[in-house]
Order: sequence, then structure tokens, then C-alpha cells
Amino acid sequence: MQNHVLDYLYETVDRVPEKPAFVDEKETLTFRGLYDTLHSVATNLMQGGYAHEPILVFMDKSVRTIATFFGVIASGCFYVPIDEEMPAARIKLILENCKPRLMICDETTIEKAQTFAGDTKCVVYEDVIRTQPEYEKVREICRNAMDIDPIYIVFTSGSTGVPKGVAACHRSVIDYVEQLSETLGFSEDTVFGNQSPLYFDACLKELYPTIKFGATTYLVPRQLFMFPAKLVEYLNEKKINTICWVVSALTMISAYGTFEQIRPQYLKTVAFGSEVFPKKQFKLWREALPDAHFTNLYGPTECTGMSCYFHVERSLEDDEPIPIGRPFKNTQILLLNDEGKLVTGEEPGEICIRGTCVTLGYYNNPEKTSEAFVQNPLQSAYPELIYKTGDLGRYNERGELVFVSRKDYQIKHMGHRIELGEIEANVNSVDGVKLCGCIYYKEKERIILYYVGDPDKAALMAELKEMLPRYMLPNRIEKLEEMPFTANGKINRVRLKEMYEEMLAEKKRK
Amino acid sequence: MDEIKEVLLEVLSELHPDVNFETEDELVERKIIDSFDIVTIIARIDEEFDVAIPADKIVPEHFNSMEALAQLVSELLDE
Repeated sequence: MQNHVLDYLYETVDRVPEKPAFVDEKETLTFRGLYDTLHSVATNLMQGGYAHEPILVFMDKSVRTIATFFGVIASGCFYVPIDEEMPAARIKLILENCKPRLMICDETTIEKAQTFAGDTKCVVYEDVIRTQPEYEKVREICRNAMDIDPIYIVFTSGSTGVPKGVAACHRSVIDYVEQLSETLGFSEDTVFGNQSPLYFDACLKELYPTIKFGATTYLVPRQLFMFPAKLVEYLNEKKINTICWVVSALTMISAYGTFEQIRPQYLKTVAFGSEVFPKKQFKLWREALPDAHFTNLYGPTECTGMSCYFHVERSLEDDEPIPIGRPFKNTQILLLNDEGKLVTGEEPGEICIRGTCVTLGYYNNPEKTSEAFVQNPLQSAYPELIYKTGDLGRYNERGELVFVSRKDYQIKHMGHRIELGEIEANVNSVDGVKLCGCIYYKEKERIILYYVGDPDKAALMAELKEMLPRYMLPNRIEKLEEMPFTANGKINRVRLKEMYEEMLAEKKRK
Repeated sequence: MDEIKEVLLEVLSELHPDVNFETEDELVERKIIDSFDIVTIIARIDEEFDVAIPADKIVPEHFNSMEALAQLVSELLDE
């Protein structure tokens, strides 16, 4: 039985050594090249005495980053990918959480890394891969590996202002890769166009099926997601047939009449998720690609990538959201009410997930872990953890699962999962800010920040850029003389939303 | 034209109050604006001027400076 994610690669490299595995703007890694590089990385770590510990990977998005991830896994360690554009202040919080002894950088990131590294040793990829690979010793580590050991930690927004690191093991990732591949029909002929950043679990969809099947993944240059016609040209030029993108990347293409000028010629599989797909935009996609398969995916990072799928095959009512459908094989959804019992009929309940997909929890954070990873309330006979997503869902009359809303202030913005509380905690830490309240205006997909205090808007934004990743920055900031409160003294978010609507209406009148 | 620029300056400054859009002419290359911003800018231009920017005009050349963007809006308004 397979118990190591790299077993996929060990088989594939013998079968198609010269085929391109991962391609970026600058370089192509064949399966043989990937295999050699990852063994150099693993040998370097092994010789340095690193084992069963987090290794930070702080590199520009490239095929080299992917080879580094696999090298870290082969050494028996787990990779912690960090967005190279993340402000130093937030990276420091991550360092405090996982206390890595080593960080692998590249020539473009090393300088920045040294500003926040502290006790963490920094090495450069270009040096690491000069290590003469010791194939047999690395294979030995892999053979002795346990599938319950972590292979990565990815950090996600935390409502108190501190990011939470989700750790996942071999077994969960193998389960996910198998179920996802079967559901979306990946094969050796699959040509992926990767959109998602490498510092989230979203990229598992391309990384692991590529080594499983001997498929090919193109890392689509990020700039292209600003320019829809060029993006479609790229898809055609590379003959990309499979994309798993966030909805906002898909609507970026459909919203501006791109299909009237150019259409994707090779796309057969379009998977999307993380957000509600506006119906009008979805229709445009379906009309442009009548023969393609469209699949809605749903799932939290805490349950390894995605957990549910819905093949959009039947016609949908105009006011009907695209369902999240049903769980993958070997995953189960429990819709629980406030008393921890299964809901009946079309009653909404919290989406709770059980299965091998449930990850190991939040790294070095027992408190947050025990809040969300809990004993299955439906049985008390033996220990069994389920994950409470905080999402409300219900079954429609066809028995398909439908997303209803969040239970808290977590939002999905341009495919990113964000706690409004994390933005607020950072704003409150700025000198001179007295109070702040953040709202998400769904209709226009904008994060709006209201605050009371001394700094002007420009100064505040400049400070926030030093603390928050780009996708968490408010799209609009408004300074107030007074913050509206509710009767029991909380910031009145309903009123803030009204204030924003009034401002929009005001604009219209002008 | 001056009126267009004034409105665009307001739109852009809402997104990045800390950037001087009067002088900056490499907004795309210097990664000052990203895909989120482009979506917002296009939506705001639609709101303010009732002008839809078609896909073939959504290219780096038109988004590198406020000047270029103003030129584009002005051309689209004339059509």
C-alpha cells in the first residue's frame, strides 16, 4: 500500500523521465530533472541533520519552489511555504509559531529573508542544489516514513490577528489526490494551467496529480490574470486542457467580452471553488465551452484541499446557487444543529467533515485546534475527530448539499479566505488608531474599513501594507469622527454597511 | 479630460491612498496594481462614466498610469 506521496514520482520518473513535469516562464523541469533536484535538496537537509521538523520555503513562485517542496518531504521534514510578498511583520508571527531552524530562499528573496530571520538559518536554493545527491540514503528515509507524519503546514487567516498553521500528513494528501483525480478524470494527457499560489493548499490539485500521472503543469504567470485576452492566448499556446481556478480568475475572463474575441481551444475540464460563481458569468463560460466539464469544488484547508464536488450537468434555476453537491468518496459530511445532532429535511446545519481528509490540526496551537477539531458528537465509544467548518449548509430537495452562509466574520474575497478580525486586529495595532470596524460588501466584493483615530488614510494604508498580505488590504478606507455602536456596545456593522450604501447612492445622484 | 483625470485620481487613491498617481507611470511593472485592483478599477469606471472597458483594451499599456487610463476612458466616451 502506498504510504508516501513521493511514491507517485518514483513510479512516474521511470515511465516518462524526459517529459516536462513543471514549466514556468524561465525553466522546464522534466520528471528526471525534478527527481534529481529534489534528491539534492533532500540530501542537503539530511547532511545538515534536519529531520521531522518544519523547513520554511521562502521563494519566488517557480518550478524550483516545487522541487524544494518535494525535497523537503523526501528528507522526512515538512515544508512551510511563505508568500514572497508577505510583509515581514506577518512572517515573524509565523516564525514564532513554528520556530523553524532553517529557511530555504532564492536569490530574489534572500535579502528580505535576512531582515526577519532571527535565529532561523537562511540558505539559498542555488547553493542547496549543488549537493551531490545520495539517492539510496534518501530512498531509505522515504521507506521508513510514516503516513501519519506531516508533509506541509500552510498558514491561514486567524481572527485574533495571528495566522494559524494547518498541518497535513501523507495519508490525507494521498486520499485527496486519489479522490480528486477520479472525480475530475485526470490522466497522463492532462495539461494543467496552475493559477493558485504555492503557499496555499489549493495548489495540491496540480502538484500531486502531475507526479501521479506523469501529467504536465504550467505555472501561469501571475500578471496574465490582469489581462484577460492575453490569458486566453496563453492557455491556447500551451494547449492547456484542465484548470482548477478561483471563481474571480474565471470571471476576469468572462466579464469583459473576452469570449467574443478569443476562446480557449483546448479546455476540457474547468473546476472552480472557494466562492459563489455569479450565474451570468457561469453561463458565458458554458456557452463558450459547450463540450467542457464544469465542476464546483468545496472544502476547507483543514480537510486537505477540497472535500465536496458538484458536476454542473443539469440546468439550474436562475436564483439557484450552484450546489456544492456531495463529498468525495471516503469523506463524509455531517450537518449538525446547535445541539450536535443531525439536521432533518432542508433545515440548515453546520457543515462538519469526517474522514482521512481531516488534517492534523493547527500547528503548535492546541487551543484553536480543540475548538474546531472535536470528537464526533454522534458517537462516544472511541476517539474520532471531525472538523467543524463554521460554514452553514443545507440539503436541497434533490439531496444535494448547498452552502448557506458563514457563522462568523470569515469571508471569501477573490478566492482568499480572510478573517475580518485579523484585519481589524492589525488596524488597531497602528499608533493613534482608536477604533475600527471592517465590513465586506459582497455585492461589489469590497473590503471596507472604517476607523476613528489620528492617522490619515494614506498613512494608515502605508502601515497596513507593512503588516497584511496584499489580498487582505481594504479596498476602501473611511475615517470617521465617531464609530456607530449597537445597543449593547458592539461596533454596529449593520450601520457601517448602510453608511457605505448611502455613500454609493450619493455618488449615483451626482 | 481634466474632469476624467480628477475622477480617476479619486478612484485610484481610494485603492492606494499612499501612491502618487500624478507621477507614477509603471503601475503594472512595479506591481503597484494587481488583478484585484484591475477588477475594481474597471467596475468603478463603469459606475462613474457608464463605460465598459472591453477585453482587448484591458492590456498593460492602458493601465500603467493615470494618464493612459484617462486617455482610454476619453476614447471610449467618444465612440
